[in-house]
Amino acid sequence: MGYVAVKGGTQAIEASIDRLKYDRLKGNEIVEINTILATMRNLVDQVMSEASLYAPFLAALAIKQAGGSMEEAVFLMRAHRSTLPRSYYSETVEVEEMFVERRVSASFKDIPGGQLLGATNDYTHRLLDFSLVEETLEENKQWLSDYQKELEKIEASEVHYFPKVVDYLRAEGLFDTYPLDNTSPKDVTKESIQFPTGRSERLQVLTRGQTGAVTALGYASLRGYGQVHPTIGEVRVGDVPIHVKHPYEKNQDEEDNFYIGEIKVTEVESFVPVPVKKTNGNEELEFDIGYGISFGQNETKAIAMSILDQCLESPHGEFPTHDEEFVLLHIDSVEATGFISHLKLPHYVTFQSKLDSIRQVKKGGKVDAD
Amino acid sequence: MQTKPHFAFFDEGSKKEIRRATLKAVAIPGYQVPFASREMPIARGWGTGGLQLTLSLIGKKDVLKVIDQGADESVNAVSIKKLVRHTTGVALTDQTAEANIIQSRHRIPEEPLRDDQILVLQVPNPEPLRKVDAREYMTKRMHAEDDYSGAWLILFEQIIKYQKMTTGAAHPVYVNGRYVMAPSPIPRFDNPKMHASDALILLGAGREKKIYAVPPYTKVESLAFEDFPFTKESFQGKQCNLCGAEDVFLDEIINQATGDRIYQCNDTSYCVDRLNHSEEKEVENSYA
Repeated sequence: MGYVAVKGGTQAIEASIDRLKYDRLKGNEIVEINTILATMRNLVDQVMSEASLYAPFLAALAIKQAGGSMEEAVFLMRAHRSTLPRSYYSETVEVEEMFVERRVSASFKDIPGGQLLGATNDYTHRLLDFSLVEETLEENKQWLSDYQKELEKIEASEVHYFPKVVDYLRAEGLFDTYPLDNTSPKDVTKESIQFPTGRSERLQVLTRGQTGAVTALGYASLRGYGQVHPTIGEVRVGDVPIHVKHPYEKNQDEEDNFYIGEIKVTEVESFVPVPVKKTNGNEELEFDIGYGISFGQNETKAIAMSILDQCLESPHGEFPTHDEEFVLLHIDSVEATGFISHLKLPHYVTFQSKLDSIRQVKKGGKVDAD
Repeated sequence: MQTKPHFAFFDEGSKKEIRRATLKAVAIPGYQVPFASREMPIARGWGTGGLQLTLSLIGKKDVLKVIDQGADESVNAVSIKKLVRHTTGVALTDQTAEANIIQSRHRIPEEPLRDDQILVLQVPNPEPLRKVDAREYMTKRMHAEDDYSGAWLILFEQIIKYQKMTTGAAHPVYVNGRYVMAPSPIPRFDNPKMHASDALILLGAGREKKIYAVPPYTKVESLAFEDFPFTKESFQGKQCNLCGAEDVFLDEIINQATGDRIYQCNDTSYCVDRLNHSEEKEVENSYA
């Protein structure tokens, strides 16, 4: 009788897993990995970003297996990541060399190179499009070929790199220039973060943070629980090439690096005015940069990250958003969802222990004698 | 597209890193060694710290026992065993004496452990000073400076308010007279089993990314005052309604039919063992 609760765990688990499978299959439909890759690009991007594993195919598989649950898909990817040996570190990515798809600045109307809207939901009206209910491949093909024809009419200009907006302001002396810091970043997945953290550690934790959590904390800071109100210098989305060095050969030329592919990233530079003490004792306002970067197209998260980066650069006792332990230790999807969900595990031993304590107190501290 | 898991899930580099942290933990009893802590195929907070220790230690000849809140058949224990079995093929057992690695959530088995066994405890909150200060930076400093006034103060305040210490599970312990350690949320009943244990006790906190240890024969004292001694949960006058055991940690169960409170061994394999033995004896006696 009493043993029912703890016996039969094996069968119960198997039955539960079968039931889960049944729920996935009972609708008699299959979503192909390719369908997910082709039509749910943003979901794939978000999963890769939170999983900190750039692998669109695996992300799509994870989404399929997880039945579309974000936290579950990220979890699958992270667990898979643990099984992969990490043999190389890439060379520094030069984001100026991005093949830009989209790039906007909120700071200037006219930025050198121009604003480039690219693909964005920003200007769509969020009305449910009921025509999608009856969408057909034929119609889509027709639309695509028309679109292609329209594009052909536009004369292609030369492919060029877009310069960074901040470079112009630097030239004007509005931003401090810093010498290049080529210290190797600490890999937070190989060595757990210790406080106080370095910026490389903070940026890593922020970029793999749960989209909702990073957004919420960035928003809190912006709204009043923080001291950072940025202007977006630049948001850019596009592909950057990744190179690795030969692992054994020394003194090689950069030209000899291996190109291993490209990844899509969203990069944000936020401009934040900060008071700076000058040598003459006067305070002046200068701009500082909050930096955000994320795998794929994840603009809200990358912007929120840039706010939190700047918050953590200037610790402030009053605001939790400026406290690195508060921010960095609570935004990870796998950690947060895991610990919250562990409350579903039985706790009867710990509860019995507390119960004993409380009963003793009720008896006036006397040792239980019944 | 099929891929086979690596032996014990991790790549060898990850295992080495965990073992290095474990060795350091054994060398500094009670000190929380940070480690990178991989994401596991089970959720954070569901025993990933213990699981990482187990997987880094386990070899093909090992025999594994996993318990959750005292029970071998509890769903999460079953799930962990299934994963280790799937990635290693090692033998599993319910018998405490047969296992050489015992992974446990919140209990130390009733049967005394031996020096050829390792107990791996799953830890949700490794920091005994977390209630003193929320910031890791500060608590780390307190450990370094041997400043445990906060830990004592918490107990003192309980006595002032309630005339006794009101800790439930995870009553803090002094290890080797130096570090104050969270013994994982084992009931106070199990705290004394840590003292001078024959078996190596390893504690793993996956989400909090810490490994710590109580090496065999180490002094472990539960924090207490001279006039307010440490007390275990009291089961005086109660016994297991199945095997009759006394002086074991008991689960309190409401008999749904009668509404009575009855008690049963929390350590299920210990209980079953006792039942089997008494049955054997009965059989022997009836033949004799």
